[in-house]
Amino acid sequence: MSVDAKTVRKIAHLARIEVAEERLAPLADELNGILHWIEQLNEVDVEGIAPMASVEDVSTPVRKDVVSIDNTREDVLANAPRTEEGFFVMPKAVE
Amino acid sequence: MSTLNELTLAGAISGMKNKDFSSRELTQTHLDAIADADALNAFLVTTKEAALNMADASDVRRARGDVGPLDGIPLGIKDLFCTKGTRTTAGSKILGEFTPTYESTVSANLWRDGAVMLGKLNMDEFAMGSSNENSAFGPVVNPWRAKGKTQKLVPGGSSGGSAAAVTAGLCLGATATDTGGSIRQPASFTGTVGIKPTYGRCSRWGIVAFASSLDQAGPITRTVKDAAIMLGSMAGYDPKDSTSIKAEVPDFAASCTRSLKGLRIGVPKEYRVEGMPAEIEKLWADGMNWLRAEGCEIVDVSLPHTKYALPAYYIIAPAEASSNLARYDGMRYGVRVDGTDLTETYEKSRGQGFGEEVRRRIMIGAYVLSAGFYDAYYIRAQKVRARIAEDFKNVFERCDALLTPTAPSAAFGIGSRLNDPVQMYLNDIFTVTANLAGLPGISVPAALDSSGLPLGLQVIGKALDEETCFAIGGALERAADFNAKPDKWW
Amino acid sequence: MFTAERVADKSDWITTDTGDWEIIIGLEIHAQVASEAKLFSGAPTQYGAEPNTQVTLVDAAMPGMLPVLNEYCVEQAVRTGMGMKAQINSFSRFDRKNYFYPDLPQGYQISQLYHPIVGEGKMLVELDEGESITVGIERLHLEQDAGKSIHDLDPNSTYVDLNRCGVALMEIVSKPDMRSSREAAAYVRKLRALVRYLGTCDGDMEKGNLRADVNVSVRRPGGELGTRCEIKNLNSMRFIQQAIEYEARRQIEILENGGEIDQETRLYNTDTGETRTMRSKEDAHDYRYFPDPDLLPVKLSEQWLAAIKADLPELPDEKKARFVSDYGLSDYDASVLVSDREKAAYYEEVAEGNDKKLAANWLLNEVFGKLNKENVDILDSPVSAVANRAIVGMISDKTISGKIAKQVFEICWEDGGDPAGIVEERGLKQVTDTGAIEAMIDEIITANPDQAAKVRDKPKTLGWFVGQVMQVSKGKANPQAVNEILRKKLLD
Ligand SMILES: [Mg+2]
Ligand SMILES: [Zn+2]
Repeated sequence: MSVDAKTVRKIAHLARIEVAEERLAPLADELNGILHWIEQLNEVDVEGIAPMASVEDVSTPVRKDVVSIDNTREDVLANAPRTEEGFFVMPKAVE
Repeated sequence: MSTLNELTLAGAISGMKNKDFSSRELTQTHLDAIADADALNAFLVTTKEAALNMADASDVRRARGDVGPLDGIPLGIKDLFCTKGTRTTAGSKILGEFTPTYESTVSANLWRDGAVMLGKLNMDEFAMGSSNENSAFGPVVNPWRAKGKTQKLVPGGSSGGSAAAVTAGLCLGATATDTGGSIRQPASFTGTVGIKPTYGRCSRWGIVAFASSLDQAGPITRTVKDAAIMLGSMAGYDPKDSTSIKAEVPDFAASCTRSLKGLRIGVPKEYRVEGMPAEIEKLWADGMNWLRAEGCEIVDVSLPHTKYALPAYYIIAPAEASSNLARYDGMRYGVRVDGTDLTETYEKSRGQGFGEEVRRRIMIGAYVLSAGFYDAYYIRAQKVRARIAEDFKNVFERCDALLTPTAPSAAFGIGSRLNDPVQMYLNDIFTVTANLAGLPGISVPAALDSSGLPLGLQVIGKALDEETCFAIGGALERAADFNAKPDKWW
Repeated sequence: MFTAERVADKSDWITTDTGDWEIIIGLEIHAQVASEAKLFSGAPTQYGAEPNTQVTLVDAAMPGMLPVLNEYCVEQAVRTGMGMKAQINSFSRFDRKNYFYPDLPQGYQISQLYHPIVGEGKMLVELDEGESITVGIERLHLEQDAGKSIHDLDPNSTYVDLNRCGVALMEIVSKPDMRSSREAAAYVRKLRALVRYLGTCDGDMEKGNLRADVNVSVRRPGGELGTRCEIKNLNSMRFIQQAIEYEARRQIEILENGGEIDQETRLYNTDTGETRTMRSKEDAHDYRYFPDPDLLPVKLSEQWLAAIKADLPELPDEKKARFVSDYGLSDYDASVLVSDREKAAYYEEVAEGNDKKLAANWLLNEVFGKLNKENVDILDSPVSAVANRAIVGMISDKTISGKIAKQVFEICWEDGGDPAGIVEERGLKQVTDTGAIEAMIDEIITANPDQAAKVRDKPKTLGWFVGQVMQVSKGKANPQAVNEILRKKLLD
């Protein structure tokens, strides 16, 4: 498997990262270098082995259904680039 | 007083206990050292006023006879840890002037135990890197230089600021994090001790996430005992982190002098990689001899999937990172670069806010998770991860711990390895396996190479058996009698 | 389990110049778990608070914040699954669904794709006419709700409120087993009743606490399945039905004009009753699902599951069966009574110590009719269940007639008060003293000889005399006695 400039543009968009047009092809080369190296994993026999998502083997801990909030709205909004009347404000999003 | 910053952390504790000096004096010495070390670029922020206030408060507590295990000890905090009221950047531009309204569990544990915060330490952006050259705030410079040379060397990464600060006497210890080797490799490059504990030992709450299933916090210090003392404060169960382990924190410091008699130490043959410098090969053999002398039995073992650890890591870590870093969108915090619409705003903010390596890894991560590639890359990598964990499980039926080199080379020149990402990734070849399997690993400085640069040995232990790592690390430290210090040039 | 072979009832076909069509419908219901705190944080879930006041640092996705699972939400998902007779998975896991949107602060939604907590199940869905269908359940999974984006406060900006962000939702996915908008509505009604019985969701569609995404396709009856479109976020029974009707006709028109259906996500405009493209398959998201590494798998022990199961309340299907077998109610009456937890509870209270069938008839014919007419919720009924129980009791023991009962009910409705007292005070007790009735009748017959002659000729006109007697007795004469005496006097 290898990526071309078009794929790089697609991935960049998926990841919402601006990539200049002229950077697409070089970036494809770089990614292919890494992906090619990664593909040595295909040598490993993984027949019958379960994918490992975590090193721990217990059930996820749980919390009680109790309201506990120790921060204020000011804390939530403190670092926001733009707020208005308690809302976060973003450029217009329409879907 | 000028030598107060050459003490060990344990030495400083007893010095204050004996009333030889106050925390304020100790702290001031370190603040002065930091002010004098701009050339190292280790500290991003020095919290001078807060440090002195904390030191004074510690001295008051001490006068009252009410002190914690780290009371009055000035520490540096890797800028990946959120610190309440102090700017936290993760080494990235994208967080802008982000100032948390909360304190990470690990740093809060240190303050609970009386420690003093000196400031925030430089690092590779979002902890992605092995040389600290990926910091948005410029590279950290290793205090060590090759004999008779002036070339600037990397301190390793991503906790390069932590390692450099500790070795240069800017703090008595520093917090660090390790996702693929980011505590142990810089420790090896700077002649310091670094331990990555068992996954889940230290809470990840309040630490900017890189790859959640691999990230672990740990200390970098000058001695094994110092690391044990500091980890004792950092570690502990935290209900706010679902992956935190419910286990008692043992007296790590006590384990540093434990007898090794009868321990079986595995030496994995797969770690004898092609192109490894002979000096590292020799150091490894020395390490085995030192442990034999302590009554250990050295056994040859095999971890057959070692070679695949790094490629698996470079699927899993970027995949998790691509998702973990999605929250940096310029809406609730950090830098926003406005575009003509929302999508453009996202793309510009993230395109300009993230550095090159971070962008590269996010894209790799997005690619390996994308439709049609998930099974071929991500699931396969997780299966290989299972194989690697299985390797360790098998080996630990035959031995108590493993001895390996920490890194395949000594520190290298800044800028010398920038154009080949894969070559850079190979720095973590000996460390990354412990992250994939969730095991504790400690790096202990063991020798200087022929050009006068430090080299480390690594001990990998069983899950939750940091004590054996400290015991073996302590023995290696005593046998190596490593007490070299970099000549001050900065 | 997908019953593709089931063909819609002919009455549900859409017939055009080119022939008949049937509609294939599957639903994804998002039901908000009725919990105090959010799925992964301690923030409150209350509706209508000031913007961003019910938001923890976890919900706002501050750097380094981590999720911890709310145990109650897991329990409610399991209970709902058990209510749907579905497979409960003792191993499930949370995955991240990655996409960018202002009301999604993490940049991903924590959901369950690969290992949902509840697997396949079946629901019996009653239709209006007493028929029923079985709708297959594909899965139920837990996930986080998003925040709210407000686009109309400023022409150039989107305002974001994260209060809802992270609230627990159960997404319940059906198989494409419905064939008409009325079947879809009946399914939603049944599911809503079920979650309300269980108390796992309040079912409030107006507040968006229960909302539906509808997948619609059309085909020739029994023919090849067509391409489907998904209509997002419908929050009323009426909109669900209208959107299906509109969408089916839109697709048929395209197909009849030789076009093809694009698989796409559509939005329903509640003002125009039309659907429009939201995004096509080409620019569909690639969500890059993968297991959330901040959480571990959810493993449920058999013991825990058994305890939950033992604690389930009686659910609509079982209740209905009991009403039919133990109370002798008709299938239809029973299903109306159990269609809502409150209704069923009200009925049981009225029926207590009374004739069950009489109580059912009284509620179905009188009480529910009045509530409907006045648009009053059963919980707000001015006549309590206890009052109705007394009324039914008085009908039963013939203290009052059915007609008087209605009168008593009206008085209770308007002025309140206790039915027995009302009957007593106003002298509404039924006259069963045959002597008194006979005297009344004699008087009326004597006063109306022509009418009496007519009845002898045409017995069906006896009713006129009944009416007269009731009028004279102000409705209190026992109708049975009146009838008997009249017959004896005029027809024997
Ligand atoms: Mg859906
Ligand atoms: Zn959903």
